[in-house]
Amino acid sequence: MTAITGSTGAPHARIMGLGAYRPSRLVPNSEVVDAIDSSDEWIQQRSGIRTRRWAGPEESVQMMSVEASRIAIERSGLDVGQIDCVVVATVSHLLQTPAVATAIAHELGTDGAAAFDISAACSGFCHGIALASDIVRAGSARHVLVVGVERLTDILDLTDRGTAFIFADGAGAAVVGPSDTPGIGPVVWGSDGEQFDLIRQREDWRDVVGTDTTPGSGVMPHLTMQGNPVFRWASFAMAKIGQQALDTAGVSLDELDVFVPHQANMRIIDAMARSMKLPDTVRIARDVADQGNTSAASVPLALDRMIAEGEAKSGDTALLIAFGAGLSYAAQVVTVP
Amino acid sequence: MASTEEIRADLAEIVNEVAGVDADDVQLDKSFVDDLDVDSLSMVEVVVAAEEKFGVTIPDDEVKNLKTVGDAVAYIERAQG
Repeated sequence: MTAITGSTGAPHARIMGLGAYRPSRLVPNSEVVDAIDSSDEWIQQRSGIRTRRWAGPEESVQMMSVEASRIAIERSGLDVGQIDCVVVATVSHLLQTPAVATAIAHELGTDGAAAFDISAACSGFCHGIALASDIVRAGSARHVLVVGVERLTDILDLTDRGTAFIFADGAGAAVVGPSDTPGIGPVVWGSDGEQFDLIRQREDWRDVVGTDTTPGSGVMPHLTMQGNPVFRWASFAMAKIGQQALDTAGVSLDELDVFVPHQANMRIIDAMARSMKLPDTVRIARDVADQGNTSAASVPLALDRMIAEGEAKSGDTALLIAFGAGLSYAAQVVTVP
Repeated sequence: MASTEEIRADLAEIVNEVAGVDADDVQLDKSFVDDLDVDSLSMVEVVVAAEEKFGVTIPDDEVKNLKTVGDAVAYIERAQG
C-alpha cells in the first residue's frame, strides 16, 4: 500500500478580524405596520425591534459580502492573496448554483481560494466559524474567510404578521487564521429535524415555478415561522447549549465578558440571559433593536457593533450562539479580535 | 399533593417573576391576556417555569387553552394526578 502524506495544520485557530455591511435603507416600524395590521408598540413589545435595514437593488448578497469581507481582511492585517478558503453561510442567495462564495472569492481578488456555501440558516455563521477553525487546524487552508449574509427581504411575505417585521438584510465577515493559543473553543452543535416545519421556506421551488415562462410571474416561496414554539426552544433549550459551550471551553460565567446570541428577537435574548443566569458584568449584544433579524449575518454584525462601540474589546472572551431553521444550532467561545 | 391554593400561589409567583404582575392579582378567575397583560411569549416563559416547578409537561398545543389562571391550575392538578 502506498503511503499518503497527511496534512499538518496550525496548533490553534482564532478570529483575526471582523467586518460588517449594513444596508443603507433604515426601515422604521411605521413602514411595515399597515400591511400586517399592527402597530409600532405591538412590534416593540413582541420583539424589541424599532427599525431594521432592508437592502436596495444594488445591495446584492455578493455586494454586501464583498464589502464586509474587505473590511475583515484589512483588519486582519492580511493581503487578500493570503485568503485560501471562503465559506459563505446564507439561505437567501436565490441563484442556487454556483455557490456565491466563488464569485465573492473572485471579486475580492483571492488567488483561486477554495470557495463554497453552507446552508444552516440563522446558525450558519457559527457553523462556518467551527468549520474554519477545523480547516485551519487540520491544515486544509491557512486563512479562512467566513461570511454570514442574507437578503431575506427577497423571500419575505410583507403581509405575514409572524415574520414581516422581524427579518432584515446585511452581511458580516470574519477571517479565521492560525494561532499559538486557542482563540476559538470547541463547537457545541446539533439539530432537531423533528421540528423541520417550525421555520421554513413555505413552498418547494418545483411547486411554484409553474408552466408560465414569463420571468417573475411565479409566486416567490416565502419564509414562514411558528413564533411561540420557536421562542420556547430558543429561550430555554438554547440557553443550555450556551452553557455547554462555556463548559467545554472551560470558561466560567464569571470569566465571560461578552454574550453574542443570534439576534432573533429581544425577548429571546432577555429570556436566554435570564435562563443562563448571566452575571450583570457580561455585556449582551442587542443589535436586533435597530437591525432586525438578519439570520446568518446577525452574530458578526452584532459583535462588530459591540467592538465599534467599545462594549467588546480585543482579547475579551465572548460566547457566540446561533440557532434557527432546521432546527439547527451552533455555539462556541471565542476571543474577540 | 399540593392544594389548588398552593398551586395558584406558586403559579402567581412565577407570573410575577416573568411578567412583573403583582402576585395578589393572579387569581383563578383572571385571564392571562385580558386581565394580567401576559402576552403569548410571556405565557411560554410561564409555562416552561411551571413545568419545572410542578414536574408536569404542558405541550404547545395545550397552552392556547389555558386562558385563565384557573385553567392553568386545573391543568396542572390533572397532570400531577
